[in-house]
Amino acid sequence: MATFKRKTQLKQSIPTASLPDIVFLLLIFFMVSTKLREVNLLVTLVMPQAEEIEKIEQKRLISYIWIGKDKGTGQYRVQIDDALVEIPEIRHIMYKKLLEEPRLIVSLRVDRDAPMGLVTDVQQELREAGTLRINYSTKRQAAT
Amino acid sequence: MPLAERRKRTEPEIPSASLADIAFLLLIFFLVATTIDVDSGIGMVLPPKLEENQQPPPIKERNMLKILVNDQGQVLVEDRPIVSLRQIRDEVKKHILNNGQDPNYAESPDKAIISVKTARNTPYRVYIDVLDEIKLAYREVRDMVARQRFGMDYLTYRNRFAKDDPEKDEIRKLIPQKISLAEPDPGTGGGQ
Repeated sequence: MATFKRKTQLKQSIPTASLPDIVFLLLIFFMVSTKLREVNLLVTLVMPQAEEIEKIEQKRLISYIWIGKDKGTGQYRVQIDDALVEIPEIRHIMYKKLLEEPRLIVSLRVDRDAPMGLVTDVQQELREAGTLRINYSTKRQAAT
Repeated sequence: MPLAERRKRTEPEIPSASLADIAFLLLIFFLVATTIDVDSGIGMVLPPKLEENQQPPPIKERNMLKILVNDQGQVLVEDRPIVSLRQIRDEVKKHILNNGQDPNYAESPDKAIISVKTARNTPYRVYIDVLDEIKLAYREVRDMVARQRFGMDYLTYRNRFAKDDPEKDEIRKLIPQKISLAEPDPGTGGGQ
């Protein structure tokens, strides 16, 4: 029985001294990756669905343009950041954004039933501004 | 000097046992507040703005597959009405893979252009559906070519050989996606 006695003498414990460090590391990761500021949407929209879609990994490059119905009047309007904008203003706003981030991707979040004319007007403005990389934001649809 | 002696003995120390708890609390807050919703959609590159007196480059009629969508969301492909959107995919594939056989379709895959034209009142949803079908057609063609040449589908090929450098992507060179977005007709009623 001598062999059994030997085992129990060591006091075993997991070292917890580095635990705060690990947790802080995780904390910093989440703090950096969190985007707390949610844009207050002034338009209502339902995004369309599509099958062949790609993900944008570099979230920091994205700038959004929303096109949907104004919550007050029901007219189709364009929203950039926190404000509704008129069509001719878009080129100046987007050009400024492009100067800040040359690899800018413009994500168009457009309501399913919005008229194409408006979308095209916005696209013409984007061409004027030189922000040519765009992305039609869609939800995933099950493959048919 | 008994006072000074007493002070020396007590070593001041900040209790750090609860540090981990505080950090966990903060961590949980940020975990909950984080939204990891990856933005997904159909990627496109707009054509650059034309200079004042610059003419658009000449394109042979046969290399362009014209897709027209009207106000009601009805679709014409090369002036022929189609019944279901699925037909767009087949037409686009036929167009890309024609290789000069049929005089109405493209000469070669790298010259093939798909032109999408909408009316001002076309619902955006239909436009996305059409664009999706075109993208799916390209995906299927690229997959097919990738399997023939490299024995794997296109995504696997791209991740393996051309992940960082699109220049190395042979299939992309063979079958470039050329989708032209024509300016819409005024249509009836006009836009908003």
